[in-house]
Amino acid sequence: MEYFIQQLINGLTLGSIYGLIAIGYTMVYGIIGMINFAHGDIFMIGAFIALAVFLILTSVFGFAFLPLVLLIVLIVAMLFTSAWGWTVERLAYRPLRGSFRLAPLITAIGMSIVLQNFVQVTQGARVKPLPPQIQGGVTLMEGMNENGPIVVQLSYMQMIIILSTVVLMAGFTLLISRTALGRAQRACEQDRKMAALLGVNVDRTISLTFVMGAALAAVAGLMFLLLYGVIDFYIGFLAGVKAFTAAVLGGIGSLPGAMLGGLLIGLIEVFWSGYFTVEYKDVAAFSILAIVLIFLPSGLLGKPEVEKV
Amino acid sequence: MATSTSSLPAPARSSSLADSLRDAGTAALLVLVLGFFFLGVRTDIAPGGLTLTFRWGLLISAVAVVFAGRLALNLFVFKAKQPVTGRMAGILEGTDLSGLGKWLSRILLAFAIVLPFFFTVFFPDRDRQYIDLAILIMTYIMLGWGLNIVVGLAGLLDLGYVAFYAVGAYSFALLAQNFGFGFWMALPLAGLLAAFWGVILGFPVLRLRGDYLAIVTLAFGEIVRIVLLNWYQFTGGPDGISGIPRPTLLGLEFSRGDDGFAAFFGLQYDSIHRYIYLYYIIFILAIITNVVTMRLRRLPIGRAWEALREDEIACRSLGINTTNTKLTAFAIGAMFGGFAGSFFATRQGFISPESFTFLESAIILAIVVLGGLGSQIGVVIASVVMIGGIEMLRNLGFLSQIFGPGFDPTQYRMLIFGLAMVMIMVWKPRGLISTREPTVVLKEKKRIGADMVAQGEGH
Amino acid sequence: MEQTTPAASAGNRWDVDPVLTVEHLTMRFGGLVAVNDLSFNVGRGDITALIGPNGAGKTTVFNCVTGFYKPTEGRIVMRHGPGLQAEAVDAVTASGLRYRSMPEGSVFLLERMPDFEISQIAKVARTFQNIRLFGGMTVLENLMVAQHNALMRASAYTVGGIFGIPGFKNAEKAAIDKARYWLEHVNLIERADDPAADLPYGAQRRLEIARAMCTDPQLLCLDEPAAGLNPRESAELNRILQFIRQEGTSILLIEHDMGVVMEISDHIIVLDYGVKISDGAADEVRTDPKVIAAYLGVDDEAEIDVPEIKQDVEEVVHVAAAPAAAATRKPARKKAAPKAKAAPKAKAAARPADDAGGHAGTRPAGLEAPRAAGADNLTLIKGVGPASEKKLNALGIWHFDQLAAWKKKEVEWVGAYLAFPGRIEREEWVKQARTLAKGGKTAFSKRVAKGEVPTSRASKPAARGKGGKA
Repeated sequence: MEYFIQQLINGLTLGSIYGLIAIGYTMVYGIIGMINFAHGDIFMIGAFIALAVFLILTSVFGFAFLPLVLLIVLIVAMLFTSAWGWTVERLAYRPLRGSFRLAPLITAIGMSIVLQNFVQVTQGARVKPLPPQIQGGVTLMEGMNENGPIVVQLSYMQMIIILSTVVLMAGFTLLISRTALGRAQRACEQDRKMAALLGVNVDRTISLTFVMGAALAAVAGLMFLLLYGVIDFYIGFLAGVKAFTAAVLGGIGSLPGAMLGGLLIGLIEVFWSGYFTVEYKDVAAFSILAIVLIFLPSGLLGKPEVEKV
Repeated sequence: MATSTSSLPAPARSSSLADSLRDAGTAALLVLVLGFFFLGVRTDIAPGGLTLTFRWGLLISAVAVVFAGRLALNLFVFKAKQPVTGRMAGILEGTDLSGLGKWLSRILLAFAIVLPFFFTVFFPDRDRQYIDLAILIMTYIMLGWGLNIVVGLAGLLDLGYVAFYAVGAYSFALLAQNFGFGFWMALPLAGLLAAFWGVILGFPVLRLRGDYLAIVTLAFGEIVRIVLLNWYQFTGGPDGISGIPRPTLLGLEFSRGDDGFAAFFGLQYDSIHRYIYLYYIIFILAIITNVVTMRLRRLPIGRAWEALREDEIACRSLGINTTNTKLTAFAIGAMFGGFAGSFFATRQGFISPESFTFLESAIILAIVVLGGLGSQIGVVIASVVMIGGIEMLRNLGFLSQIFGPGFDPTQYRMLIFGLAMVMIMVWKPRGLISTREPTVVLKEKKRIGADMVAQGEGH
Repeated sequence: MEQTTPAASAGNRWDVDPVLTVEHLTMRFGGLVAVNDLSFNVGRGDITALIGPNGAGKTTVFNCVTGFYKPTEGRIVMRHGPGLQAEAVDAVTASGLRYRSMPEGSVFLLERMPDFEISQIAKVARTFQNIRLFGGMTVLENLMVAQHNALMRASAYTVGGIFGIPGFKNAEKAAIDKARYWLEHVNLIERADDPAADLPYGAQRRLEIARAMCTDPQLLCLDEPAAGLNPRESAELNRILQFIRQEGTSILLIEHDMGVVMEISDHIIVLDYGVKISDGAADEVRTDPKVIAAYLGVDDEAEIDVPEIKQDVEEVVHVAAAPAAAATRKPARKKAAPKAKAAPKAKAAARPADDAGGHAGTRPAGLEAPRAAGADNLTLIKGVGPASEKKLNALGIWHFDQLAAWKKKEVEWVGAYLAFPGRIEREEWVKQARTLAKGGKTAFSKRVAKGEVPTSRASKPAARGKGGKA
């Protein structure tokens, strides 16, 4: 039981990170109907920027008050990563708007390769370890199992991750449902041409979608950095694939779906590693995706697609 | 402002210059922002944690290069009255690439036939390297042609094609390791096994559409790789399988021994013989792939594939069993992938899961799309340009004399590969050769423009 | 088509020798009942038209027949070979098989078959409302794809084809000949090597029909084949359809263009809100008051092109224009309806008010005459046309508050009485009446007040407009 709860907490933490990345996928898919393969690498870029800012603040400027440092890191990482998201859209996707559908998919894969190798070339291929910054936690329960005493702990790091995810999700839902920007986004999602005819600046709306997705990916990148303490240029690929899987699982195009999918993928992975084998955790996640899609072709929260004849 | 008559052209010019400057400034600013934490700062592991290195020089030169480059582009291409590229574009437009296709393919075929001898005669000291590169390109051509059936003809987006390549390679390796099969015995079996896996995978997922199919095939490719990586007893895990037998010519091995190929024909032993032989094997396999694909296109099954890409619902209304049709496309594509895989195994003599990553799938798909979906000659051009061009970077050693001894051009291989992918796609979103040839003609053969051909988006 | 005797409903050819029988077909999408307990026959060698206002469920019926939807309930029987083959149908139904093929006749239960088998085995071909061609393939290739199954057999399921067996070469030649035959008949032979997406709209429609014919169908289902065609193209379409019929293929078509329907159909089935409201030869249907009411009652369905129907409509509106006056003088409400209706065209088809007693539910209580202030304008309720208002007046329903008081039972009864069950609920007559009874306005009544929508009141400027326009 204790073990189960501990795994649940770990799963929710991991799932929150996946969920934050998945939102970027699902928003972009919703608005222009393409898989933004480079989004996972934007997450990686976010993590690298966060690392650099953190090091600059602590070692060059000598900041010591951790909450303030983290806040600055968060803001700077979000801003700079947004610039990356905007640039990727502007260079690789906007020229192909309204063209052949596979073309942006290929440029997305190309961009993903570019980003990975750019970071590899400029920052080196070796992993970057960062010692844990936030330590300690709350002990929720204690018990015994066959291996001896077991403690269920909710670390402060996990709390921060889950909490900020909840806050960001809430803010985001408000943004989409209440603001003019959100309305423009939903309009573009329904019918881009019509939205343009009604005076919505479609290009700007799409750019802002990429910017928002990138900002959330930067948050996820910072959390990943703090949680695992190790990043390299390749973390974007697997995280991206998992997050995309999460978005599809939840029903692509749906924000709550992306979050739900992220949590589910996180839980599946953690529980599979906890109870079965670590090696096959990705196989478990991917298999469940395939099974869900076969029986629920539009994902868990996606709108069922009625075949129009 | 000057007098009204003379001032008319002047503001236009100056505003064009100002615009160009502003635009170049924006680009430079963007590079400053994007590059700040990557070019300007570098983190490295050092004893006691991470250290920071600042490289302001690099950042500033990058910004300057982009500013100058963008300004030049603006002045001479984008905003100029008569862009310098105008003439070039005119020439490019005038040449009908598709009309060239027939001649080009004949010339390429002729060159491919004599290629090994061409290199041994004209580049005797580097022939091994060039023939090896030709083998690599030919492998990608074959893979591209195989995937073209699935993506180009049937319009099914498959991001996990490398799985079948892996199945082919491991089938041969395991058959050789456990049952002592030779290459020629294992080749058909490897193809059949890959096709079988194609059906096994295809059956549940083929009713998914468009991007859902893409992500599930991607997942399948990853599953295969992870299983290969972790099933240690069977596949050797990350260590892979080594000692895979080389192909023999009617039982003759390409070895130094007395019963080897060279001794049998009374030639002096030279390892180049094996390279040439390997080249012809993959050449013939690729040609078979091409001929079969071209044949299939003119058969009812091929037309059904293309019809499926155009409109699946209409297909069903005409009595076409779309599930079976998709499965055959998947299986035949997988089979050629399997053939190519077992060739890969015999060429390398060693395989490991590392060779079958998503990047391989992405490269094969990129070759198909860059070449032009459904176009056979397009795949050839794209393979030569992308694979050949990138490998050529290895030869640019002289650059280190310019950029200093620490400069290693191969390091930038994939970066340039990715940039090339993006740029070619933006330049020609439909691929290099994008017209479609009809499969049956009543009176006069007319090529079909790319804008009419659907891409099988799954509606 | 003149050989059909209008009165003898039992002896209708389509009931004696139907190629397709739809029985108790019901299709639900979630809570929405798109087609409700629909039964009809399609005669062998006939051109049968399925008509009805937008949203009547015609395309849903088509999709059920051609297997794109699985019907919620009901049986759809396709027959090859003459007669009803009743025992065979029952035997196959009981057996759990999808079909039975015999030399003397075959029976197919379409609701059990997947879509591609319906075309391949049961030989039912279809076209689509929004044309579905293989745009990037040539016209000829489109027709070759349609002969897929025959060519697959000839190519020994691809294996023989790869090695170029002679049988396949011949089969391919035959397929090209068949394609050429149909291209000549739809007048597209000159465009055979052009991509289908290059053809103008009318030609694409014809190509879709030719493509469907290349599957050798016994029944051809056409979903609005004349939509978007100009008069010349429409005439050409009529000629093609007549030719297809001569070739021995029965035709079932959905059409809005009444000119096409009335000119070529032997048999017309009228749907409204998923329910069959009329079924018979063209002459019978065009004079059926229920059909007229269905087309009249729907406000945005003003396109009736047949002069006869137009005339009928005009007459009904005229009579309805002074309903209260006539009815106040003659309080015998049971007589009011038949009289008013029968006056202009003394057709037997008019429904006597007496048989209205046979409906399920409760007949709402009516007033002998409108109250002192005069009858309310019931056409202010969206969905109530002049004809329905007249019928309601005949029941003694004169005021909004009477309608507002209806419960489920009354609604059910009136629905059956007006011959469009379900519509009162759907259009929320009761709710609208409640608002109007309180002196409020609905979105629709505002439009009426502005004169945008014609009403029964002669005093309103637009009152005559309905008849004229309709």
